[in-house]
Amino acid sequence: MSATDAIVHFNTVNTRFDDTWALHDVSLALKPGETRIILGAAGSGKTTLLKSVIGLVPVDSGSIQLFDQEVTSMNDHELFPLRAKAGFLFQEGGLFDSLTIGENVEYPLANQQTRVPISPEESERRVRDALRFVELEHTINKFPSEVSGGMRRRVGIARAIVTEPALVLYDSPTAGLDPITANTIMAVVAKERDVRNSASLIVTHRYQDGELMAKFRYDPKSEELVPASEEEQHDPARARTKFMVMREGRIVFTGTELELESSSDPYLKRFFRH
Amino acid sequence: MLDFLKKPVASFQDYLLLAGSAFKNVLRSPHYYSDVSLQMDIIGVGSLPIVLLTGIFSGGIIALQMARALASYGAANQVGSIVSITLVRELGPVLTALLVAGRNASGMASELGSMKVSEQIDAMRALGTDPVQKLVTPRLIATAVMLPCLTVVADAIGLFGAYLVSVPLLGLITSSQYWSTSYHDLVYNDLLQGLLKPFMFGIIISTVGCFYGLRTSGGTQGVGRATTQAVVVASIWIFIVTFVIDKAFVNQ
Repeated sequence: MSATDAIVHFNTVNTRFDDTWALHDVSLALKPGETRIILGAAGSGKTTLLKSVIGLVPVDSGSIQLFDQEVTSMNDHELFPLRAKAGFLFQEGGLFDSLTIGENVEYPLANQQTRVPISPEESERRVRDALRFVELEHTINKFPSEVSGGMRRRVGIARAIVTEPALVLYDSPTAGLDPITANTIMAVVAKERDVRNSASLIVTHRYQDGELMAKFRYDPKSEELVPASEEEQHDPARARTKFMVMREGRIVFTGTELELESSSDPYLKRFFRH
Repeated sequence: MLDFLKKPVASFQDYLLLAGSAFKNVLRSPHYYSDVSLQMDIIGVGSLPIVLLTGIFSGGIIALQMARALASYGAANQVGSIVSITLVRELGPVLTALLVAGRNASGMASELGSMKVSEQIDAMRALGTDPVQKLVTPRLIATAVMLPCLTVVADAIGLFGAYLVSVPLLGLITSSQYWSTSYHDLVYNDLLQGLLKPFMFGIIISTVGCFYGLRTSGGTQGVGRATTQAVVVASIWIFIVTFVIDKAFVNQ
């Protein structure tokens, strides 16, 4: 571990598309087990930030370290082993249409050659575990086009976590979904955090998603989300959910939920006054 | 001042980089053999009916037109040799390539374009697969192998079409006259350029189709745009490359 102890470390990262800044002087550090909610208007650079963590989007300048390795100096082939340590949920799920849901979830196990090869039985077991985790085991033989948008999102989560990564990146997990489905998705995200203690970066434009991550915890006994008590919310070991607001490529706010809610900045207010 | 040239030059450079890495991957593992054979089936077997149909009619059309022109010189018995040279050297390769460009360059651009806009390409890269190796290289191999085969079929069926017009329909010459002139007047140079062309066209069609697919942006509208561009650009390049090859071979 580096001196900062962070698994993701951005140092003055800049990138622009034509004339607009996608990332402007972005610096951040994410420690193991931390959750960071990234809010911001459309086009403020949230998705670019998330994709640049695993080198899917090249940046113009600055340094990005993922698990202490410099992402910006590696090409795609060199990045493959590193990317295997991080799960990624794409905006619409990013599932392969030509593969069944089971094959989609199995894809990282079969293609990310970072570990010793696993047997077909072990692979099948882990695919089923991951699908059970998102409560979609019965869809294993269906194709992505045969299930609903919310289900595809959950399959995407199953695919992102099947390799049990220490970091999961969620790109707008609730975008375009109705509030009930959105809450189901966020429940899965919170469950993943609390069961496996993984770190996560969550891009969203729904403030409620962040609120849910900050105020609720997964209770393994009742198998559902329960409100976290006051002590739990302020316990330094548990208060791991921070908010970050982006505007035109810059990070304009980093802090806790309370700090965000007490802000008087009109741009920041847009995100919690619904 | 030359700023307007920046974009086309940059995209041509991107195209060459993509084509270069697609070629490099031909020898690099992992090899996706099943994708190669699937693409061969789609491009080769799938294009067969349309290639047969257009082939037989284009042969017939050449024979009809040539018969009239040749008759005025009293050389109607040469119809076989004219048809075979025109078909093998030029029309067989170009017509087949244009058909396959319309059918498969568009298919590749729209398939890869949809994958791009639905983030499946990014997902592939995130999950440890090189999209060029998995998607572009199999299409490149399949098209470069299947297009010469399709061209041979188109040439053969075109000759048969011309035979039907010249012998049973117009009664210009006898069957043995037709086949012996069309066979004897072909030289190795004709066959060489008749097979080199579709090989080159195969490379162009697949790389251009995949290039426009992979750089799709702007949702479903972008997919439509990419498809159109792929067919237009591939067709233009087919003519440019035909000219270059003809220049090299005819002036020998």
